[in-house]
Amino acid sequence: MWLHKYDYLASVDDDWFPGSIERTHHKGPFPAEKMCSLSLFPPPLALGQSTLCESNNELLPGSNTEDRAKQDTSPLSLYFPRESLKLHSRTESSSKAAFLDHSETLWMRSAAAWRDGGLSGLLTEITNSNTEVPKWLSVSSGCTLALLQRVSSFHGSLFPHLTLSSENMIAEFSQVLNWSDCVVRAFAWHPHTDKFAVALLDDSIKIYNPKSATTPTLKHRLQRSVAAVQWKPLCASALAVACQNCLLVWHVDPCSLSTRPSSGCAQVLSHPGHSPVTSIAWSPNGSLLVSASPMDTAIMVWDVAAESCVPLQRVGGGGVTFLSWSPDGSHVLASTPSALFRVWETRMWTCERWPCMKGRCQSGCWSPDGSRLLFTVQGEMVIYALTFTDAPGISSGTSKGSQAAAVVADLSETTFNTPDGDIILGGEIQSIAWDPRGERLAVILQGDPQAADRPAIIAVFKTRTNPIFELLPCGFVQGEADAEPRLMQFHPNFQHGALLTVCWSNGRITHVPFYFLSTAVPHFGLSGSPLLPRPQERPSALANQSLFSEFIS
Amino acid sequence: MYSTEQSCWFIRKVICWRAAASIAWAVLLLPPITAVFVILSRFSLLHPIHTISECFSLLTSASAIFSFILLCGVILMVGFLNLEYYTVIPTIACSKIALLGQLLHPRQILNSLAHCIMGIVVAWSCAVTIGGRYETLGYTCMQSEGSPQMCLNEYHLVFLLAGAFVGLSHSLLGVIHNMNYVSFHTVQQYKYLRFKGSLPLVVKCSATQALYSVRNFIIVYFFLGYIPRVWICKTLNLHLNSSVHPLDSIAGLLDLSLLYQLWISATFLLFTWYITLLLFRIFVTEVYSFPVQSSFTEDAHQCLPKVVTDRKPIILKFLALQDLALLSQHSPSRRYDVFSLSQPGGHPHNWNAISRECLSLLADLTQRLVGYHDTVATNGRAKSLSTGSERKTSSETSVISGSEEFMSPRPNMLMKTPASVFARSIAGGPQSPLTAPFTPDLDSPFASPALRRLTAPVEQCSPWHGSVQSPHIMRREPKLWSTSTDAQVNGSPPPPSPASVPSPQQEPSKPSLLAQFLQNRKEQLPEASSQALFADSQAHIWALEGLSYLVQASFSEDQFGVVQTTLPSILGCMLVLQEAVDRHFKLPHASSKPLRSSSSMGDSNYKTLRFALRATLKTSIYRITTTFGDHLNAVQMSAEHRKRLQQFLEYKE
Repeated sequence: MWLHKYDYLASVDDDWFPGSIERTHHKGPFPAEKMCSLSLFPPPLALGQSTLCESNNELLPGSNTEDRAKQDTSPLSLYFPRESLKLHSRTESSSKAAFLDHSETLWMRSAAAWRDGGLSGLLTEITNSNTEVPKWLSVSSGCTLALLQRVSSFHGSLFPHLTLSSENMIAEFSQVLNWSDCVVRAFAWHPHTDKFAVALLDDSIKIYNPKSATTPTLKHRLQRSVAAVQWKPLCASALAVACQNCLLVWHVDPCSLSTRPSSGCAQVLSHPGHSPVTSIAWSPNGSLLVSASPMDTAIMVWDVAAESCVPLQRVGGGGVTFLSWSPDGSHVLASTPSALFRVWETRMWTCERWPCMKGRCQSGCWSPDGSRLLFTVQGEMVIYALTFTDAPGISSGTSKGSQAAAVVADLSETTFNTPDGDIILGGEIQSIAWDPRGERLAVILQGDPQAADRPAIIAVFKTRTNPIFELLPCGFVQGEADAEPRLMQFHPNFQHGALLTVCWSNGRITHVPFYFLSTAVPHFGLSGSPLLPRPQERPSALANQSLFSEFIS
Repeated sequence: MYSTEQSCWFIRKVICWRAAASIAWAVLLLPPITAVFVILSRFSLLHPIHTISECFSLLTSASAIFSFILLCGVILMVGFLNLEYYTVIPTIACSKIALLGQLLHPRQILNSLAHCIMGIVVAWSCAVTIGGRYETLGYTCMQSEGSPQMCLNEYHLVFLLAGAFVGLSHSLLGVIHNMNYVSFHTVQQYKYLRFKGSLPLVVKCSATQALYSVRNFIIVYFFLGYIPRVWICKTLNLHLNSSVHPLDSIAGLLDLSLLYQLWISATFLLFTWYITLLLFRIFVTEVYSFPVQSSFTEDAHQCLPKVVTDRKPIILKFLALQDLALLSQHSPSRRYDVFSLSQPGGHPHNWNAISRECLSLLADLTQRLVGYHDTVATNGRAKSLSTGSERKTSSETSVISGSEEFMSPRPNMLMKTPASVFARSIAGGPQSPLTAPFTPDLDSPFASPALRRLTAPVEQCSPWHGSVQSPHIMRREPKLWSTSTDAQVNGSPPPPSPASVPSPQQEPSKPSLLAQFLQNRKEQLPEASSQALFADSQAHIWALEGLSYLVQASFSEDQFGVVQTTLPSILGCMLVLQEAVDRHFKLPHASSKPLRSSSSMGDSNYKTLRFALRATLKTSIYRITTTFGDHLNAVQMSAEHRKRLQQFLEYKE
């Protein structure tokens, strides 16, 4: 369960009313019974059907053929078959032994080893070439090497993730399900326009814009193992890319007709010890960029134009894996590989520590006003919520947060009877996303890749933040029969509701619109009504049942 | 005058206290640093316990306390020099000779001398603390004939000389790396956290810098060491011990223990000085929150709208602009004050003062860029037209479109160069030669009379001389892009009215050979000239941020519509500046990235200010266009600006 901010177990507050099924107040650290949110969901679609859109409070299925026909005509639906990508068959390091000229002198080899592998590489080289060096040197370097390995293995036993290779580390901490096997490795909508960037398995990035015929392809020598991409807000051209060894910031002129911008258009931002970069986040006002690496305990705050960075170092955690900047710009969530995450306040850059009981914070998202943080913890099947209320006026430094997180949804496994047999949905959560209006919450459930009846799936909740926070079931978003969702993102300014873009395991990118009238934003006649006709509000019995609501005491 | 009185209150009440606090902290940090130094300098692997007990007894001895008091004095002095020499606008030497001029400026020579002496004092303290063979300058030795006499202890002498050398090189490198430049950070942090974050960098910098300095010192001592040795012997009537190796030989200098002690002492010296500098920077750049409006009239001169328009202590202006940028971003209650109307009368005085000042800053920059672009050939060097052939001495003023309305009437002499706009002075008159630190002036010995005559008219024709000048009258002779213009050249303050600049009617004289040689050395470095152009752009960045955030907030917070009246001019000003910046970045040298050196205490922030300005400018325009969207179509503006704005509305910039 959940630890208090000040290190003792906290009960779920009375104000937090956990679910409408059991209607029991949870007192004490562990909930007496599981509340199962997924059982209230409408059953998933039959095999061969995929979700088309939400209209009139229902997720409408589309059969595969008509769905595909519709998708192929839509300019923004893309398909990247795995076969079409030219992949690197072998990494550079594995081919090193085959090409290295072993007749080089010891000095040359030592220099090369120093360059490639640093101190340990040099020591290994000296130890291995014991015929050419004096005995005392090889013995002493062997001893030093052993000592170094001991120390690093001790360090690694404290923080097991440090022993991973950088590719595996990205896969471990990425928001993308099964990142290493993913054709589309990262995806980002532009915050203001209808263009998006797609990072592919072959380390290239393509930019699609429905208003322009050219799709620029970005390639760079340093652009390897892209873990995340994000467009700079309040800018038309800048795209930040988190790579294996550095950060790249591309400046892609939207008016340029070039399909292959040169690598001179990219700024390279790197800091020793800060790689691989697994997560990046632009500040919503476009001035700063933060980046995180599981190898580095500091998060970097970059002034991109000046190419300078300020490391924000805190002891504990062993690295930083995931960052998320709240939409109002006041807070940044930074999770670490150990059972601890921090919430930074961006005015004076101080942080709150939030230790968890079970595992690391896997994913998180902010409500549009930045007052509420939803997050998930590895090893648990629930979504937690934290509220932050900033004191109005000159609130310097400390932000008043709640003292403990509350469980808002339980996504433990639930069996559904479908015509094709029982399937079990639920389990651990890979990533969560909240649409920019705060009305739909999408969750990728990891499922079990081994078991056929436990697929990964996207569950969508309806949410309401005003006047009280409520969570209602919406439904499951499914793709084609053989495809499982890998990553998703909401369109930042979709006119008629919310638009969820999903990248599937077969290389397809689809967009699922949710048509609804927003309760938060008043609608004017000009701004357009929803596309689909809405004869009447026809609330289904299921959809109206609230899963979670915050009672005003 | 009123303005000097104002500058006094801020310097007196804020800056001095901040400097004092930073020095106090540096002094407080001295005991632990000294303890670490003592342990490191006397440590022996074989007797660790013995070393530590010895160190403790040493630290409590009388001589240690005396040398500690000396070190405190040195820290006080360093802190005072920091306060005296700091600048928020770097002086960028645009040519090699300008750099030389900076190094040989009397004020700088004074600084170097002070650092030399302080270096000797610190080195003496170190030598005494380390003790053993380094402790005294003289010792009794037996000569060959058996009579005891005082001999020179060369180890001690080497220590003192090394201290002087490290002090001198610290001072000179300070000029080259602009170490007196205090930059403001975009990321606000508490002082303690910022200090903690920069500490590893300071350790690294002082260690590497000490290594280089000691290396250079040894080379110098190897060749020239006999001079001070003989001189000391002669003046103090000491003898040289012939049985001991002289140290300016290879064998003498390859003494590893000596080298280690030299290095650790130099590291100690630089570390204490850098710590003092770092604390000074952290304290001085701390955000100062000015009240937006005060209910008491006697405090009115301390309020933000008034303070922003002041230009006397430039640090005040910078802190005010920083505060403006932060309040516009974070503080709704203070924004409310900005948008409020005056009580009797109902005029938006606060907003008017702030917006007018920000716009005039931006208009200044636009003009400067336009002027620069017209004088500079596409390769970044100055256009070389035949000397004096088309020198016009007209003082006609024409108008750069869209910018004249923001020019507030102000003394002309304050607008000539970045350095002179913001020439910092502590309650001194503007013409005092000591007010602009390190300003290379032509009074330096390197300026020959001929050169001085050559350059004087050029200075008159700086593109930002006078309030506005048409581009076509600025094509003249090779231009100095050093920031060394202004009153010192003419010897008298320029006339205050922008429209009547009297120009000396001088016939160009034939330059002498020396002058030509110097002229070649004066050839400007293209990138440096671009850096110098944007040297004070931190102020512009804050002005842009402040304006754009205020305009953004006005969409929902401005009850009386005070911002609406200025919106066209704000947009116009930003678009004109955007155009000028775009043109500037088309020059080949402007967009080349400077190399960043991380192992120097000098802040190289100023090298990238132009990129920061460009990014901030675009973001600011986008901030306004995304907030207002199609409503901007109702704003009055010229067709050209509207076309430009449409690009922003469609996200095509």
